[in-house]
Amino acid sequence: MTKLDAKIPEGPLHNKWSFYKSNCNLVSPANKKKFDIIVVGTGLAGASAAASLGELGYNVKAFCYQDSPRRAHSIAAQGGINAAKNYQNDGDSVYRLFYDTIKGGDYRAREGNVYRLAEVSNSIIDQCVAQGIPFARDYGGLLDNRSFGGAQVSRTFYARGQTGQQLLLGAYSSLSRQVAKGTVKLYPRQEMLNLVVADGKARGIITRNLITGEIEKHSAHAVILATGGYGNVFFLSTNAMGSNTSAIWQAYKKGAFFGNPCFTQIHPTCIPVHGEQQSKLTLMSESLRNDGRIWVPKNKEDADKLKNKTITANSIKEEDRDYYLERRYPAFGNLVPRDVASRAAKERCDAGFGVNNTGLAVYLDFENSLKKLGKHVIEERYGNLFQMYEKIVDVNPYENPMMIYPAVHYTMGGLWVDYNLMTTIPGCFSMGECNFSDHGANRLGASALMQGLADGYFVLPYTLGEYLSKELKTPKLSTDNNSFVESEKEVKTRIEKLMSIKGKHTVDHFHKLLGKIMWENCGMGRNEAGLVKGIELIKELKKEFWKDVKITGETTEFNTELEKADRLANYFELGELMMTDALNRKESCGGHFREEYQTQEGEALRDDENFTHVAAWEFSGEDKTAILNKENLEFKDIDLKQRNYK
Amino acid sequence: MNLTLKIWRQKNAKTKGKFVTYKIKNVSEDSSFLEMLDQLNEQLISENQDSVAFDKCPVAFDHDCREGICGMCGLYINGRPHGPDLGITTCQLHMRKFKDGDTIVIEPWRAKPFPLIKDLVVDRSSFDKIIQAGGFVSINTGSAQDANAILISKKNADLSMDAAACIGCGACVATCKNASAMLFVAAKVSQFALLPQGKVEAVERVKNMISTMDELGFGNCTNTYACEVECPKLISVTNIARLNREFIHAKVIAEKERQISGGF
Ligand SMILES: Cc1cc2nc3c(=O)[nH]c(=O)nc-3n(C[C@H](O)[C@H](O)[C@H](O)COP(=O)(O)OP(=O)(O)OC[C@H]3O[C@@H](n4cnc5c(N)ncnc54)[C@H](O)[C@@H]3O)c2cc1C
Ligand code: SF4
Ligand code: FES
Repeated sequence: MTKLDAKIPEGPLHNKWSFYKSNCNLVSPANKKKFDIIVVGTGLAGASAAASLGELGYNVKAFCYQDSPRRAHSIAAQGGINAAKNYQNDGDSVYRLFYDTIKGGDYRAREGNVYRLAEVSNSIIDQCVAQGIPFARDYGGLLDNRSFGGAQVSRTFYARGQTGQQLLLGAYSSLSRQVAKGTVKLYPRQEMLNLVVADGKARGIITRNLITGEIEKHSAHAVILATGGYGNVFFLSTNAMGSNTSAIWQAYKKGAFFGNPCFTQIHPTCIPVHGEQQSKLTLMSESLRNDGRIWVPKNKEDADKLKNKTITANSIKEEDRDYYLERRYPAFGNLVPRDVASRAAKERCDAGFGVNNTGLAVYLDFENSLKKLGKHVIEERYGNLFQMYEKIVDVNPYENPMMIYPAVHYTMGGLWVDYNLMTTIPGCFSMGECNFSDHGANRLGASALMQGLADGYFVLPYTLGEYLSKELKTPKLSTDNNSFVESEKEVKTRIEKLMSIKGKHTVDHFHKLLGKIMWENCGMGRNEAGLVKGIELIKELKKEFWKDVKITGETTEFNTELEKADRLANYFELGELMMTDALNRKESCGGHFREEYQTQEGEALRDDENFTHVAAWEFSGEDKTAILNKENLEFKDIDLKQRNYK
Repeated sequence: MNLTLKIWRQKNAKTKGKFVTYKIKNVSEDSSFLEMLDQLNEQLISENQDSVAFDKCPVAFDHDCREGICGMCGLYINGRPHGPDLGITTCQLHMRKFKDGDTIVIEPWRAKPFPLIKDLVVDRSSFDKIIQAGGFVSINTGSAQDANAILISKKNADLSMDAAACIGCGACVATCKNASAMLFVAAKVSQFALLPQGKVEAVERVKNMISTMDELGFGNCTNTYACEVECPKLISVTNIARLNREFIHAKVIAEKERQISGGF
């Protein structure tokens, strides 16, 4: 087992980051020009980092698979972004945001990183306002806030239901400014398919040009991965269709450890599945839980009638409704954290109280708020979400309660990084959703946007300098170097192999099957037997995929089937590691619910004695079991408690 | 429902394209338009006998978020960008808007500044270039003051947000007989014109964005306002009026500067 050093600076928690900043090594402006930096991903994390690094004078190359950096999946974030501004005077502080995040993550995140996140949160809001982001304001012209799950203060800043869009367009505009200045070069419609490691350091990437199909080699002094989450391993999720694990998975196979792969967030409020043709799931923002109340019928007969559509939700009397979150968790009510809300919905549906023709849905009801606040207020707060719901479901949510059900949404796991956001491969960094660092076993709402921008604007520009200050003598690496040639060959071989199979079934056919295995055995509830079985099922399916997948078209052209096939090939391997990790973690914490480990009331039961650590998996060869390394988590400033939202 | 699809197929930018007709059966009315195309593609792959002929392979189309926000999707459906419904993107269009037996014509965005890549996929990087010309506030990371230091009236913040909602899909260009990008540019210019943060560079911004738009081959706006009707985010043409004001203002300032410097 490798000893993992998180490199947390010495000193009291609240001084660590300022100590780091005043003591880290710097790179002079003249030397910055000599460094080439690759940033893969242009979401909040990647775009903010690329723009900031460009401003500092580095030569930046920014990659994304979409046609424009503005389309990264951060654009879809709806609800908001947290910061410890305490503008509402309701008792918020950096410490409280830190505390809520650690607690929300069920004590499985690193104190030092999370404190830094809370500390820089305020600068993010300042930066974004200065960029001209039209955040919501009150009538006095000040910034407005709303509440999100797992917090008792209003610390969430928002721009209608399009916060992610506005924050991303802000970062994209800063990035565009650097493109015009020539410090950043954009590489859209390029997919990273391999990492190049030379002399033990990350020195470049191999990409596929998605228009021509050409395999390209790109060299740099450091590679920053900001490629987002891997929720699409479940096939159905709220992630964009192209979201993938390819970049971080290939980095893993080149030696970067993978932290807590099984920590997945299942979001409680998504539009339920409509049928077999479904290609993805749509989130209804958590912010809706500010004004919406969640319920199912108290009586099974009513639930059955609702399923058969013989009655409607509105006809069920107030006293026959079970507002089960308010009943079980009076202190937080509808605003309990996501993992708790999702499991509570599953519990009611499994017990037969679910609605919709499938029985797999609960109500999110705005009747009270509409009466109390008026339609115009609800419309102003959530108008676009209500419209989105109506377009998909064909039901007017101003008149009937919404129907919702949990869906895969976010992955807390990701590449293991130290305090510098560097992986176990020197020179390879990882930011945003694709690293494991800040959210422990469960992420609080509005904290992913905060993390992405914290990493990109305020953390990485410092920590990268610290690394590069020791690389001044390292020359540029030619793409003719053997390590490039080898990595390129790996990619070409994989693609040729995929194309030569010429089997019977489509990529989606296999992806749907994998998703089903993942959802059933590694979803909201997990147990030993299911995980053992799941691993076997994945292995079998993977074999079949490599024998029987059918990819049409040619390699040297725009070919989406080939793109999907390569992504899926990585997902098989990742899925197996997720299950292995879930099997290994014999406790329940946050979104990881092992049915064997629960309290009498059905809450997650942690085992702090044996599992207060990060599971960092190390690749040990194709088809070999990964090696488990542990980073013990020390809690010096917070007492470990059972989470209580009652 | 069963449908007939007439789809524009084109192998790449260098070759010629054509309409190809396909039949598709058992489409659920709860499916989205893109899920219907997924279904067609699954069918094409299953029927494909090792052929690389472009009309036997899956239809290429752009998409990503599938919830109306990334701006990646964009199809010309029965002569209208994003199809028959109002205020939505192609990925938000649902099959319940069509009837059993319908014939649906599907084309890419057709506009000179959006060259075709394959089938229904076009290159919209000209939009990125317009933003690079001035669609930003020049503020480096770390130099901002406290977020609440400047008050902004709710009304202006809301109007700015209305404009900022543009997803950069290009429907406005595709529907415009002049292929003008005026609505897209106006949305960005307005977002900033309405906020104090955008004022400092207002003059340069509008000049640079408009001249870049012209250089990239987008046409002039002749006030037909087809764009507003087809914009999935219902960006209002009042933004174009605001842009024109900003543009005239920029010209006045330039003229003054010329006269002043000319006077010396
Ligand atoms: C529907 C939805 C709503 C959400 N709402 C909220 C919210 O209200 N508040 C909140 O805090 N969080 C929210 N989240 C979570 C949050 O949006 C994401 O976690 C966050 O935006 C991720 O940002 P990122 O920069 O890490 O990655 P992304 O934004 O996903 O960007 C990934 C980038 O990497 C590129 N990329 C990926 N793979 C490759 C590859 N192989 N090669 C080249 N490029 C690649 C992509 O092109 C893209 O540019 C939401 C998430 C979803 C799905
Ligand atoms: S103005 Fe409307 S139609 Fe034009 S790019 Fe923006 S969202 Fe699309
Ligand atoms: S796919 Fe994103 S807007 Fe349609």
